[in-house]
Amino acid sequence: MENVISLNDIVVSFDGETVLNNINLDIKDKEFVTLLGPSGCGKTTTLRIIGGFIQPDSGEVIFENKNITKLPPYRRNVNTVFQKYALFPHLNVFENVAFGLRVRKLPEKEINKAVAEMLELVNLKGFEERNVQNLSGGQQQRVAIARALVNKPKVLLLDEPLGALDLKLRKEMQTELKRIQQSLEITFIYVTHDQEEALTMSDTVVVMKDGSIQQIGRPVDIYNEPQNAFVADFIGESNIIDGIMLKDRLVAICGHEFECVDSGFDEKQPVDVVIRPEDITLTANADEKIHGVVRSVTFKGVHYEMVVDSSDFSWLVHSTKAPEVGSEVGILFGPDDIHIMNKMKG
Amino acid sequence: MKKLSKLYVSLVLLFLYVPIFVMIVFSFNTTKSRSVLSGFTLEWYAKLFENELILKSLGNTIIIAVCASIISTLLGTLAAIGISRMGKFGKATVLGINNIPIINPEIVTGVSLMLLFVFFKARMSMEFGFTTLLIAHITFDVPYVVLNVMPKFRQMTPHIYEAAQDLGCGPFKSFIKVVLPEIMPGIISGFLMAFTFSLDDFVISYFTSGPTSQTLPITIYSMTRRKVSPEINALSTIIFVVVVIVLVVKNIMERRSLNVKKYADDDSAEIIE
Ligand SMILES: Nc1ncnc2c1ncn2[C@@H]1O[C@H](COP(=O)(O)OP(=O)(O)OP(=O)(O)O)[C@@H](O)[C@H]1O
Ligand SMILES: [Mg+2]
Repeated sequence: MENVISLNDIVVSFDGETVLNNINLDIKDKEFVTLLGPSGCGKTTTLRIIGGFIQPDSGEVIFENKNITKLPPYRRNVNTVFQKYALFPHLNVFENVAFGLRVRKLPEKEINKAVAEMLELVNLKGFEERNVQNLSGGQQQRVAIARALVNKPKVLLLDEPLGALDLKLRKEMQTELKRIQQSLEITFIYVTHDQEEALTMSDTVVVMKDGSIQQIGRPVDIYNEPQNAFVADFIGESNIIDGIMLKDRLVAICGHEFECVDSGFDEKQPVDVVIRPEDITLTANADEKIHGVVRSVTFKGVHYEMVVDSSDFSWLVHSTKAPEVGSEVGILFGPDDIHIMNKMKG
Repeated sequence: MKKLSKLYVSLVLLFLYVPIFVMIVFSFNTTKSRSVLSGFTLEWYAKLFENELILKSLGNTIIIAVCASIISTLLGTLAAIGISRMGKFGKATVLGINNIPIINPEIVTGVSLMLLFVFFKARMSMEFGFTTLLIAHITFDVPYVVLNVMPKFRQMTPHIYEAAQDLGCGPFKSFIKVVLPEIMPGIISGFLMAFTFSLDDFVISYFTSGPTSQTLPITIYSMTRRKVSPEINALSTIIFVVVVIVLVVKNIMERRSLNVKKYADDDSAEIIE
């Protein structure tokens, strides 16, 4: 597949502070790409670079093999759904959606048809005359999406579009957005700091931290093969333990040797060892290599979340069965459950 | 307690409005007396409209007020646009400077403008008259326009300017199509404020007008120095009524734009619940 957008060595700084540090990203046609990362990591800035609202200090933006780094936003075949919707308050729903078409001076008939189609797509039929200020958050959201999509952009940029919605509405809109993306076959670049949202909706997830990309990959790969401890922890709560690589497929954790499946590290190299809470099994046998005392048990709906204190680490464990608080348990995990990562710099 | 506060408010209103009420009543009095009411007449109003000096200065006042408020609305709005894009420090500084002419005693502004015009008069063939008066009025009107327009930028829905560009409008078109409608209420109230201030300015006009461009307040002032005619009562009554109408219109418009905002806020509060 062809790349629609490529960011090459993008650097952005505000007031001498580097906000994006050498971003390289290729986005394929019709892909649902999510930029995921904690607040302030540069997600919005990346989106604004693609939208044309800021110029990078260096680097280039390539759109369908053309360099568009210097092109102003109104000349780009890209539309944005803004974080707070940015609907035009003096226009009604119809006129908001028709805005881009009117700018392009399309004939009235075509405008009516396109807007009606779009409002149908986002389930807002019959809302044409409504004042946008009197709509609910979810409805405003859908107007914003219709307003952007009606222009049939090659790429749609969405900046935390579901951030202001309650959980139930969020879930509904997630499915809705995915449906729209697939039926229109438009590339979506989606920003969120919600890892679950990123994993469920995307074809590709881009994990960012402090203005750098940490990992790019399919949701499954990001989840199962996180490249470093930050990604592992951000994608889902994890146990991150200091370890030392003894040789290929053998690692020392908490003073004990464990078999693992990773290789290619130096001998005696300090590493981060990541073990997911759901991969840990608790046994009643307190003679295991690692054992501890159950400090707390919390019911989470589907599973119990437990904290088990061993001599040098507090383990987070998810399981459908829970031992008593205060009981001695053994902590078990297999070679497949151990993920070895290079120590993060800094 | 409630009764007391009501009494207090009525007293304040009484002090404010009794003099005006008395003036209005006496503008309909048949004799020239200012203590005895002897009967109802519209004579003074009729005379007023035969008095050429008054009519001419009324004309001057309106022309000046219209010109000055239009020009200062333009200048002030442009200034507000610029200021709204400044950094925090620049914004605070410029707004501070903007406020100085408002706090500054009018007499200082008046005298300094007069000195400035004298300076130019000596060098170029510039006469005191319409131009000097217009410049002076624009000078004291602009800060009020800026002050009325600025808050609209803060209240504006964020990112709509960028959204318009995103949808294909160039910078200028984006401004006209989405920003201007949003700041319009501020521009109109700024215009009305500038207009009323121009209409009744005395001190600054006194120092900057010439013999050919006397405004109404100045004419009234010179009339009271000779003999006080009830025509002045009639004239002042008319001015008062006009100003009240302008203020009422302005308030209604503000109330309306506020109501729309409030309605939207109520709505979102409901959704959060
Ligand atoms: N116009 C600006 N001037 C100065 N600093 C800025 C500007 N825009 C963004 N920043 C800074 O750049 C960094 C990244 O901002 P950005 O908005 O891209 O983060 P984000 O990942 O979108 O965060 P969030 O999830 O909170 O929206 C932040 O530290 C922010 O303070
Ligand atoms: Mg953001």
